[in-house]
Amino acid sequence: MDVDKDGSPSPIEFRLDPGSGVPTYLQLVQQVEQALRLGYLRQGDQLPRVKDVVAGLAINPNTVLKAYRELEHRGLVAGRRGIGTFVEGTLDRVGLREQTALHKSMLAWMRTASEAGLDEDGMAALFTAALHDLRQGRDGRTDEGDGGGRTGVVA
Amino acid sequence: MSAGVAIETAGLGKRYGRTWALRDCSLAIPGGHVVGLVGPNGAGKTTLLSLAVGLATPTTGQVRVAGGMPAGSAAALDAVAFVAQEAALYRNLSVADMVRVGRSLNRRWDTGRVQARLAELGIPLKKKVGALSGGQRSQVALTLALAKRPELLILDEPLAALDPVARHDFMAALMAAVSEDGVSVVFSSHVVAELERVCDYVVVVHDGRIQVSGEVEELVAGHHVLTGPAEQADVVAQRFPVVRDRRAFAQAHLLVRAADPSAAPPGWQRQSVGLEELVLAYMREPSASVLPGPKSAPGEQVAC
Repeated sequence: MDVDKDGSPSPIEFRLDPGSGVPTYLQLVQQVEQALRLGYLRQGDQLPRVKDVVAGLAINPNTVLKAYRELEHRGLVAGRRGIGTFVEGTLDRVGLREQTALHKSMLAWMRTASEAGLDEDGMAALFTAALHDLRQGRDGRTDEGDGGGRTGVVA
Repeated sequence: MSAGVAIETAGLGKRYGRTWALRDCSLAIPGGHVVGLVGPNGAGKTTLLSLAVGLATPTTGQVRVAGGMPAGSAAALDAVAFVAQEAALYRNLSVADMVRVGRSLNRRWDTGRVQARLAELGIPLKKKVGALSGGQRSQVALTLALAKRPELLILDEPLAALDPVARHDFMAALMAAVSEDGVSVVFSSHVVAELERVCDYVVVVHDGRIQVSGEVEELVAGHHVLTGPAEQADVVAQRFPVVRDRRAFAQAHLLVRAADPSAAPPGWQRQSVGLEELVLAYMREPSASVLPGPKSAPGEQVAC
């Protein structure tokens, strides 16, 4: 049974990654946030209707409701009774050109890392560690210089 | 229709000859859920469902369904729909005739809905039921079951005979019905991997007894895997109920029932578990059975 694509009022469509280990509702939350960042979703746009999501992905409707409640809690969407859920807030959007540039520089970094003998898991671990430092730096603790010490853990 | 219980049993037992297919079963499954009933073959899943539908009568105890009606009573038959294993339909009848049979056998019946659904699914009314694909046949059975607008829909192994695509489509249709009608669903399955996306409540049956019953979210939040040095494993095992115990000479992984395992010794790592891992662990370890928080009938001791 295919969902009638023309009937969907939303500009986006969800997909699930069963192997990701991320809970289903959180995958939906992240995809909405991602769509906001990338500009697929704008203020006033409608999120996919619960029954469409459920019929498309074969998931429990409560999971979708939970995701939408979480998005509401984060101030990004608002439910309108009997009509649907709509985008209210915005996330900082990164332009397509900036993204391409960032992608490129990341790729260059990965090549360097690969030449230095780091495998994929090692890169991912390093990235996660750096992300952690960035977050801590943002929280006021400036220990970004600490990042070098973490490589020992990775290797 | 989330008010009240979907299925409530007290001291329920069913004996066939000398064998107890189900014993001392006390359950209170709240309405408004999609409930997965799992357990090995012969555990008593089908017996429990047959008792709830009213197709079998209990040897001991009682079953109430859809907000407290005795299973099998006229009122319960109106409120409960059942899809039997392999979508048991008359294979020699055409789809249209099968619909007519359903209409004459039920007091509540929404013909318009049946026609709309079958048209949407592209299932030809003239075709014989036996000539449909397995996926189509299961969709016809689901359509007929939903035609009476039940409060509780019970399905016995609905996925067993279906290929992966038909499975997905069937579950999608079922979940759409849940979101549109608010129908409570209880289905048995041994496809544990598919429960996680669909179920928000799970019941594990083993050897005729209820082993686990609870909301998925609570179950998952209430269990952790603790990993640490094997020589400390006994200490950890004394602090928490252990569901699964895996040890090598240096390292141990203990799946414990604890919402906040912070009492584990320093250096132990904790990880959350998924529903599949959790259910499999319980199924493998029937002796370690713990019953995480079913809101049982007062005075009723449910732990095995």
